[in-house]
Amino acid sequence: MYEKMVGLCQVDQQLYKAQRMGLISFYMTSYGEEATHFGSAAALHEKDMVYAQYREPGVLLWRGFSLDQMVDQCFNNRHDLAHGRQMPVHYGSPEHYFQFISSPLATQMPQAPGYAHGLKQAGSDNCVIVYFGDGAAQEGDAHAAMNFAATLKCPVIFFCRNNGYAISTPVEENYKGDGLAQRALGYGMEGYRVDGNDVLAVYNVTKKARELVVDEGAPVLIEAMTYRLGSHSTSDDQTGYQDMSEVKDWRERYFPRDRLRGYLQSQGLWDQEKEDELVSVTNETIRSAIKRARAEKKPSLEHMFTDVYDVPPLRLRRQKEEVQAMVAKYPEHFPTASHE
Amino acid sequence: MYVPHTFIECKYGPELVVTCTFRSSPVAGSNRVFNTPLSEQGIVGFGIGLATQGSTAIAEIQFADYIHPAFDQVVNEAAKYRYRSASHYHCGPLTVRAPYGAVGHGGHYHSQSVEGFYAHVPGIKVVIPRGPSQAKGLLLASIRDQNPVFFFEPKWLYQAAGERHTQLASLCTCMQSLSLSAGSDVTVLGYGSQIQILRQACEMAQSELGVSCELIDLRTILPWDEDTVIQSVCKTGRLVVSHEAPLTAGFGAELAATVQAECFNHLEAPIQRVCGWDTPFPLIFEPFYIPNKVRCFDAIRTVVDY
Repeated sequence: MYEKMVGLCQVDQQLYKAQRMGLISFYMTSYGEEATHFGSAAALHEKDMVYAQYREPGVLLWRGFSLDQMVDQCFNNRHDLAHGRQMPVHYGSPEHYFQFISSPLATQMPQAPGYAHGLKQAGSDNCVIVYFGDGAAQEGDAHAAMNFAATLKCPVIFFCRNNGYAISTPVEENYKGDGLAQRALGYGMEGYRVDGNDVLAVYNVTKKARELVVDEGAPVLIEAMTYRLGSHSTSDDQTGYQDMSEVKDWRERYFPRDRLRGYLQSQGLWDQEKEDELVSVTNETIRSAIKRARAEKKPSLEHMFTDVYDVPPLRLRRQKEEVQAMVAKYPEHFPTASHE
Repeated sequence: MYVPHTFIECKYGPELVVTCTFRSSPVAGSNRVFNTPLSEQGIVGFGIGLATQGSTAIAEIQFADYIHPAFDQVVNEAAKYRYRSASHYHCGPLTVRAPYGAVGHGGHYHSQSVEGFYAHVPGIKVVIPRGPSQAKGLLLASIRDQNPVFFFEPKWLYQAAGERHTQLASLCTCMQSLSLSAGSDVTVLGYGSQIQILRQACEMAQSELGVSCELIDLRTILPWDEDTVIQSVCKTGRLVVSHEAPLTAGFGAELAATVQAECFNHLEAPIQRVCGWDTPFPLIFEPFYIPNKVRCFDAIRTVVDY
């Protein structure tokens, strides 16, 4: 788990830099929230379906999605499972039971209990987990989701990463009550609040939540208190609104990676030599992945038109011919050479 | 309530992510310009209430792609408020702003053009500026308008270097369309960020084909300025319409249908629509997706050669 956490921290650093260098168009880091990903993911079964918001790549890494695959998606190259159609960090992987990310907030929330309901009807032992932030929790979809889940008794874990900010909006401007956990009572389900930066605590609470959810077939809400150490994304600058001494304080005292390393060291399971080795190997893996991903071709143009429906309608087939004719007529105006 | 040009009565939204061109007057405080909880349906509903009370309400949705949760409030409330109450109540002082359109790397959820959905709702107005001066003047006109106005701002404008704008007195506050160049061979019609592309296509048509284009910026989508467009097409006999939004049932369809009905005997060629394809906005394929200058140029060539 620690190795994967380091993987996430390092890939965040390198891909953020890649965006600043103009190699990729966009990136979002997860600094400070790594424990919420790995702690929860480790407590789930591998076939529990995951609905995420966009700041949970550690869940995917835990399940076996590789750093290479992450990098391919961010570079929108031909290896991306979704053919480069979406912005970086909009991952998904059916092999890892992870739904594809969509940018709009909380839209995934009502879908999770729906999926869970289907699982339950099918007699499955699996459950669903849906991740969302403190900002997304204020959307109408969040209310609908929790009320549906509780009323219809759906085996879903609602996992809120309360990191203090929705881009530049601090929690004080997003709600007046005492956070998310106690809303569970209002909906008629169990609610837990946990130190989101303690990976073992997150693991324990998620494990317990899962048992409840699977045994009773009813939802549970977990509110993981954490802190967003980085900016919202590469399009944002936290220094404009976040108190940097507050950021520094959280970084020094509560950084999940440091806490886990400290724990492992105290158990005699880790030392500085192992740390240096791991960081070096990980960085090299990521650097190679970036070098390779950068050189890859972009997806074939035909994929602009596939998957709109199961079978493309006639009009869409004609549009595909039209664009191909346009590209043939004015080749210097289209970047065809970079595509497969 | 009178709104001086540099004073925003009440401007709010999930957060003010992009730097806007406004400067609040010293009188405005946090009760005038504020963040709200994160809920678009809440933002628009709240805005309707605030406007009905008589305050000037300027709501901001971070991206037009995120306005959809508010659709119920727009269609069922804002648009019908005046009609269902025989003007005893109305939410005229409401203006909702949102950045829209392609930006080079927005993909599905940071590139959408949504004017097609909102043009289909009697009772609201939809305004789209093509540049900074237009944005300022049209926004002021929208704020003063006594009907709820949905103001979609080209996203890429936030990154554009800048445009020197004229003094207040000559700022456009008129919501009618505007002919940007007089021409005799073909009418080229669009709005928002697409105007820049169309301008380039018209220049290409002039230099490579010797074709004289009359470029019209629609500026207001709903209600749209039929007379200016009809007059132009009756003169030129040819029309090319272009928008980023997907072709099928896009706003271009409304423009084309009206023009064919009103200018039928004057048309020398079928009306061309150059639009986004009928797919979600694909990130890596953006250069192939958008109605770029060569596709627009090609359409001009098609109507001229017909």
